[in-house]
Amino acid sequence: MPLWTLLGLMEGKQTAPWPQADGADGQAGVIGMPRYHPERCTDACQACADVCPTRAITMRQTAEAGDGKAGRLNVDYGRCVVCQLCTEACPTEAMTPSSDWAFGAARREDLVWRTPPSAPVAPDAKSRRSFRRSLHIRHVDAGSCNGCESELQALNNPFYNLHRLGIFFTASPRFADLLLITGPVTNAMLTPLRATYEAMPEPRWVMAAGTCAVSGGIAEGGYASGHGLDGVLPVDVYLPGCPPNPAAIIHALLMFLDRIPQRVSGGRLDQ
Amino acid sequence: MNAGQQIALQPAQLRQTATRLRDSDGRMQMAYAWYPEPDRIELRYVATEATQNAFAVWRCIPAGPVPSLATIWPLMGWYEREITDLFGLEFSEHPQPQRLVLHDGANPICPPFSPKYPPDLPVQPEPVRQAVPEVVGAAADVQLLPFGPVRADVLESGEFLFFYIGEAILHYQPRLFFKHRGMEKRFEGLSAPGGVVVAERVSGVGSVAHALAYCQAVEAAAACTVPRRASYLRVLLAELERLYNHLYYLGHLCHTTTLKVGEAQGKLLAERAKQINAKLTGSRFLRSILTAGGLRRDLAPQGWLSAELEALREEYAVYARHLEGTDSHLDRLITTGVLDQRVAFDQGATGPIQRASGFDRDLRRDHPYAAYQELPLTVPVRKSGDAHARAQVRMAEVDESIALIQRVLLLLPEGPIATECQAPPKSEGLGWTESPRGTLFYAVHFDDRGKLARVKIKSPSFSNWRVFPFTVHGSNMMDYAINEASFGLTIAGCDR
Repeated sequence: MPLWTLLGLMEGKQTAPWPQADGADGQAGVIGMPRYHPERCTDACQACADVCPTRAITMRQTAEAGDGKAGRLNVDYGRCVVCQLCTEACPTEAMTPSSDWAFGAARREDLVWRTPPSAPVAPDAKSRRSFRRSLHIRHVDAGSCNGCESELQALNNPFYNLHRLGIFFTASPRFADLLLITGPVTNAMLTPLRATYEAMPEPRWVMAAGTCAVSGGIAEGGYASGHGLDGVLPVDVYLPGCPPNPAAIIHALLMFLDRIPQRVSGGRLDQ
Repeated sequence: MNAGQQIALQPAQLRQTATRLRDSDGRMQMAYAWYPEPDRIELRYVATEATQNAFAVWRCIPAGPVPSLATIWPLMGWYEREITDLFGLEFSEHPQPQRLVLHDGANPICPPFSPKYPPDLPVQPEPVRQAVPEVVGAAADVQLLPFGPVRADVLESGEFLFFYIGEAILHYQPRLFFKHRGMEKRFEGLSAPGGVVVAERVSGVGSVAHALAYCQAVEAAAACTVPRRASYLRVLLAELERLYNHLYYLGHLCHTTTLKVGEAQGKLLAERAKQINAKLTGSRFLRSILTAGGLRRDLAPQGWLSAELEALREEYAVYARHLEGTDSHLDRLITTGVLDQRVAFDQGATGPIQRASGFDRDLRRDHPYAAYQELPLTVPVRKSGDAHARAQVRMAEVDESIALIQRVLLLLPEGPIATECQAPPKSEGLGWTESPRGTLFYAVHFDDRGKLARVKIKSPSFSNWRVFPFTVHGSNMMDYAINEASFGLTIAGCDR
């Protein structure tokens, strides 16, 4: 037997059983989106909004009728870059570190804090049925920091082994079902991105992976960067995170294929 | 840690001073422009004098086109073109006066870094085909392959033009900066702590190196001293970053030489390293820990990290031994993409790339920062300049990084992890790190309110992308992917 084959076999099975069976998802210790506890906010405090670098947290301008429980803040996890500055600035633990990272959502509004959370919308399962066990993805880097690419590349390492789930990256947009986009969409990438989308056969879907693709992230605006995919392409899956970890990407992809439920609505995970 | 003396130069003195630097075994590092006042632009050059440990900073106030230094220091060509694109400043007698950062067809109303440029106004590029070099002679035999910016697999965006006959590459031209996000401008107006969040997101796989260089630049401006525990933990973080980057590099290199199990093993080891990162810091990219003045929170590596790293090292040692004993792998690496020592110096190669071409240089040892002064460091150097040498340097650095981390864990002092760090208005500082890919500089300038007025980033991939094409011209197509992988470049760091 060739040496490397033997070495590979001697390593034994390295792939995590998750998500098909219970077991480690590889994200032990990962700090995710800060968790918002509106009841702990105190009047006149805006420490978190002041330090938030991407305006994921802003102060509510006017108290809307009957939303005493909604709190004083607008919290948009589609803008959060997971920098944890708010959890450090908050004097009353209204923003706390958490391990919440499974933030894949079918609707942009599911990422915004809302009380009570609206029920997750049932995905358009019918049109995707024939793709459930065989999905081909074309990735386009539209100006990322390469953090997202690093995690996307990790999907095919033996630990996550994306192939086992029937999900593949493909070289040509002609063979792709899903366009997975990272980065805020820089001016120079706008035309190549649109051309790639146009080259895809229908039906075709779009996933915004990482906070930059969802909303522009830390690089948003200025002379060179856009504001994510909204207004550029129709988005079917939003996955904020900076970057989203490989398990979060797998969760979002399986959610898109209607193989596991969406976990986020109203800006928080089901517990 | 501060830059050495600042020297004011007239534009007419630049070429003479640059020539003297070259003839006295000095080294040019980078150049950038900034606006000390809204109506006054200033050029800065950062250089290493052979006789001094500190970096020299030249200041020059231009009046009209500035003499280009690119014919004396070829590596300066890109810095000058970037300044022309973003600041509108012209350089006379530039050998390559084309656009670099902004593409042909992008026509901003005024240079984007001008104080007159409106905030959040995008520079709309006109889709214009780039002018390509003309082929003279047997033009009919030469094929042109434009590849990108959307390439195969999960890769960063960039466009590569190949002129080739059969397998032989006549000429290779990368067209980068599709990913230019204007990151340096994102710092403007931020307070010092806010800048760390931006610096961590310039190049994701260099989060620690970028944040650390930035923090050290702010600390130089504020003249504050980081507590010893924090400076030791900074070494720990920087070496953990090198570790997962180099392990991934080896796996990816196996991908290009089609050594499948070697690829899987390298990427599995990189995954383990990332999981260790998350366990230690909460972030697989070691983010949200560094801040100017020290660390944002303490880390608890004692009692577990040493054993996990030792387990990783043992597996890595077996892996590395087999890589070095696999003829099919080595056959693709040896003599592939040779980078001549002279070209490496002239074009500004850095990090493992220059160390694989015979230069014994490493900022951790030559211009120590954090706690590197107190830690012994062996710098691996190879002379052959081929893909194998570049892989060997990184393989040796994996061992070196693990040894450094283990030493940090032994010596880690107790005590505070942060000190007050407030940069005064109108102050400035220079910070640097030896990132996994080479030298990284941050120059920061504060305005009269104590907010960031200008941040310049010199990333290692900006340097090494400049060098890389010199190893592709005259090589062959089937070695290209191996050669590119052996450089271990990022595009985000280069494009910023």
